[in-house]
Amino acid sequence: MPVSDDLQRAQHFREATLPHLDDVYTLARYLLRDASDAEDAVQECYLRALKHFDSYRGPAMKPWLFAILRNVCNAEYARRAHRHSPIEDTPGAAEQTPIWQETEASPETEVLRSRDAGAVRKLIDALAEPFKETFVLREINNLSYREIADAVGAPVGTVMSRLARARAMLRAAWTAEEEQAR
Amino acid sequence: MTCDDARILLHALLDNELDAGHAREVEAHIARCPACAAEFLAQRDMQRVLADADLRYTAPTSLRTRIEASLPQPQRQQPSRRSVLRGFAMGSAVSALAASGVVAVVLRQDDQQRILSEVVSAHLRSLQAGHLIDVVSTDQHTVKPWFNGKLDVAPPVIDLTAQGFTLVGGRLDYIDARAIGAVVYKRRQHVVNLFVSQTSNAEYRAPKTETMQGFNCRRWGNRGLNFWAVSDLAADELAEFVEKFEAAITG
Repeated sequence: MPVSDDLQRAQHFREATLPHLDDVYTLARYLLRDASDAEDAVQECYLRALKHFDSYRGPAMKPWLFAILRNVCNAEYARRAHRHSPIEDTPGAAEQTPIWQETEASPETEVLRSRDAGAVRKLIDALAEPFKETFVLREINNLSYREIADAVGAPVGTVMSRLARARAMLRAAWTAEEEQAR
Repeated sequence: MTCDDARILLHALLDNELDAGHAREVEAHIARCPACAAEFLAQRDMQRVLADADLRYTAPTSLRTRIEASLPQPQRQQPSRRSVLRGFAMGSAVSALAASGVVAVVLRQDDQQRILSEVVSAHLRSLQAGHLIDVVSTDQHTVKPWFNGKLDVAPPVIDLTAQGFTLVGGRLDYIDARAIGAVVYKRRQHVVNLFVSQTSNAEYRAPKTETMQGFNCRRWGNRGLNFWAVSDLAADELAEFVEKFEAAITG
């Protein structure tokens, strides 16, 4: 019977994890900013998840997969740092990156114009870690604060302050771009 | 409340993460403080614009295939459990007799385990897009008649919204190769599938929680029906669900 147990386990794994594939891939794309690195990371994430599936007792499936993916991505960051100097050191990056000073929001707030997904993704991509990650988990992967805390292994209070900062930075960058465009 | 606190908590208010008391405090602060009010409106505005942009990525098919290929694959010519047992039994009549007691016990437990795993699979299937609900309604008087004629059993459909579990609809499902009724509830983002089937055993069987692959399943029997409540809710919340359900049905 071990063969059929193995198959049943694989079937459960499939049903439990594959519905979240787009979510996991989305997070990987934002974390790694590269399509083929993201694919490799997601595959590695699923391999590790399968290996540890028997010991999985919660939290919810999505935060659990995200926690594994984060570990995989951290290894990838380390590899990149080794390969060449840190990615932030690319010449010109500092000039291209909008300045993330937390500006006092002006009381006469203007309505942001809708932007196409590509432009918004660029703004999000430019956010610094760990703010970007928290923002993506909440706004794009739709996790609750508790689930984000589970996925990133930080207290809920930390999640809340990171999210507030991420949104303030994103909005500042967004308005800055609109003013430039004017 | 200081502005520093409010600048963090207003996001939790936007995300519906605050309990009623804290939500009131933040709202009260916003009502008094124009700067925080402006920030709140600006962030709400940004959240709306973000919701309109499609920011998700879709995993390439090649990635899905690669992952599928790395999983153990089912083989068509797999001997079933039954044929394996038959092989055993044919080996020797004496040993078959001696073993029969053991086999019966093993099979019964196995059956329960198998049904539990089918129930969890059905729950997982239901979570995939578009599979959750056949009849969408928060009204028990719409959901209950919907099951008529579709099943040999009339699943009790009870609105538990007041008790914190919102009825969202019903569905036909298959467990143990039989059509079975699933009544679907939600608490916050969590789905509770309540599977109901008929049983010849009219005795009351007390609720029991089992865990499989991170899901809690609470199973009980009453009034000639078998119930399985499955969810990713914590065990105590699922127990609360069963308690409220039974209280509503008897009360």
